[in-house]
Amino acid sequence: MEGEHAPALTIEDSLASSLGSSVFDHFLANLVSQIAAGKSQARGLVLVAFNRSPAFYLELLRRKGVDAQHVDKRVRILDCYSDPLGWKKRVPPLKTAQNLPVKANVACFSDARDTNKLMASILDLGKGTSYSELTATSCNVLNLVYLLTEFVGQDKSRFAVAIDLVSSLLRYTSLPIVAGLVNKLRSNDQTSCIVWLIHSDLHEQRVSAALAYVSTMVASIQPIAQCTDEQTSQQNSVWLGKNSDKAKLHVRLKRRNGRVKLLAEELHLDQVGVKFTAVGDQNSNAAKSLLPKVQFNLQLSEQERVERAKVVLPYEHQGNGEEIQIYDGRRSLSDSISISQPSVASPVISDTQVAPGIGEIHYVRDSDDEQPDSDEDPDDDLDI
Amino acid sequence: MNPSFSSPTTNLLDEALGIGRTGSVPWRIALVQDCVEASGAFLLHHLLKRSLSAEAAGAVVFLGLAQPFSHYDRVLRKMGCNLSLQRNKNKLHFIDLLDLEFLVAGGTDQNAIEDGFMNLYNRILRFIEANNLMHNNGGWIRIIIDDISLLEIAAQGSSSHTFDFLQYCATLTSELDCSLLILNHGDIYSSEEDQRLLSHLDYLSDVVIKAETLSTGIAVDVHGQLTIINKRALGELGWSSSKVYNFQFKLKENAVEFFYPGTKF
Repeated sequence: MEGEHAPALTIEDSLASSLGSSVFDHFLANLVSQIAAGKSQARGLVLVAFNRSPAFYLELLRRKGVDAQHVDKRVRILDCYSDPLGWKKRVPPLKTAQNLPVKANVACFSDARDTNKLMASILDLGKGTSYSELTATSCNVLNLVYLLTEFVGQDKSRFAVAIDLVSSLLRYTSLPIVAGLVNKLRSNDQTSCIVWLIHSDLHEQRVSAALAYVSTMVASIQPIAQCTDEQTSQQNSVWLGKNSDKAKLHVRLKRRNGRVKLLAEELHLDQVGVKFTAVGDQNSNAAKSLLPKVQFNLQLSEQERVERAKVVLPYEHQGNGEEIQIYDGRRSLSDSISISQPSVASPVISDTQVAPGIGEIHYVRDSDDEQPDSDEDPDDDLDI
Repeated sequence: MNPSFSSPTTNLLDEALGIGRTGSVPWRIALVQDCVEASGAFLLHHLLKRSLSAEAAGAVVFLGLAQPFSHYDRVLRKMGCNLSLQRNKNKLHFIDLLDLEFLVAGGTDQNAIEDGFMNLYNRILRFIEANNLMHNNGGWIRIIIDDISLLEIAAQGSSSHTFDFLQYCATLTSELDCSLLILNHGDIYSSEEDQRLLSHLDYLSDVVIKAETLSTGIAVDVHGQLTIINKRALGELGWSSSKVYNFQFKLKENAVEFFYPGTKF
């Protein structure tokens, strides 16, 4: 929309469920397919690759079925992976390396610490101008010119931006600068949308929070099975196995009117890629699985619950004005319910009643010989 | 019955790591994480031996920061591998970095450290170049770093520079037929920031091998356990789900025995 910042999607994951890269690949491939089919507002995509080589992404798009011609025309990759700090320019190149043909739509970027230059390169790639200044010398310039005219063009066509790992960018510069870069990209007229991946456990909490503030949508990948500290290594390996190809995706979407919408899905990684399914009823399953499997029943049935609710606790008053019947160890339980509490004033010398089935006990309480002070019954103020 | 798993052709560790007959591996970056009670050095020795075996079709670049060459030579000799011979045959390039001042030789400012790492990177590149020329671009290269925490110390504690260097080594693994094996100690990081270095390494690696003691304590027959997380099992560009292995080990005089829990009599 005119005058609005471009929407931004953060994909975040952690070591507990590190499927973030796969989800990013999935989004990227979908975005490129839509751009190629003309279904997106963007006419092209600029991919800033820190984490994986451009060759990886080109192969990914090929596997996902995106036409190679469309990839050549619509996708530009800013290669911040191969030589982010310019070392390769300062050491003699490998003479015997198999010189892979440098793709025309890949530009090598060697100043990862200079975000202004990075910003300029992204915009230049997006606009399709000044491309020749960025490329390695072994590139065929004529080929480039041909390709560039097919890219975004001179008009106000827009392009999407994908940053494969913001965590790497944060290593080279600081958070305020990265946040500034993102904001500048979002406010640029020609940016149609931005998507980036971040590994949340590589940074402080505030970094994820700061980037969440500048995004319109945050998709965080959570593990399916929770881990506890007391797990042994055996259990850990089982847990790791479970979490390696399944995860939960929690999406927080900020609407323009300020409303925040939450969505949740399950994702599952297979040979082909990532698949999303609706969340199943996990809660009851999780609760059941927490109980150890033993041969006796640890849970209460419905009737047992009712019976339990009916039990009268000996020290609890029922709120109906009756005197408190406290079992004082002198009578069997069944008798004490029907007999009222013996008055403290009348001395009870010995207890000749015994529990049924057990031998007699004759017990003389010392305190019964004393004249109790009736004003100071310590139990008077008890109201349980 | 005492099943022997230490035949030279295959054992549990080789299977878990997918080490082929020629010593090639399907992963690009492997991280060995050990602790004081269960040292992972034996894993480096074992993998070094496998990489230099007669059938191995590649070469090794070894960054030795923890021990001098003579130490590895002695250990591997007992295991039946002659490191000096391999070095002379140019199958092993041992970079002696025992003197941790190598990065600050040009001064202690940030640029000097980065330049130092760049020079180290250049040394590795030159060896790879020489090796490729000699073997006509054939064979794999394995870079072994023992260990990364000492590399960080050499960089005056700068994990950022250490990571830059690792990033460049990682690009080597994707551009050439190169694999990277890193040893790191999991129990020396206390602050949250340092824990992030461990996480960084975890994210970077395709395979993580954790050497730990048994939860039940010290035992005579079992010296510890290994947990191997192979994130990109059957590694192709599209990945399968990760595989997790867990088995125990016993260190013997000349070899290591690997066995599943409960199978050692």
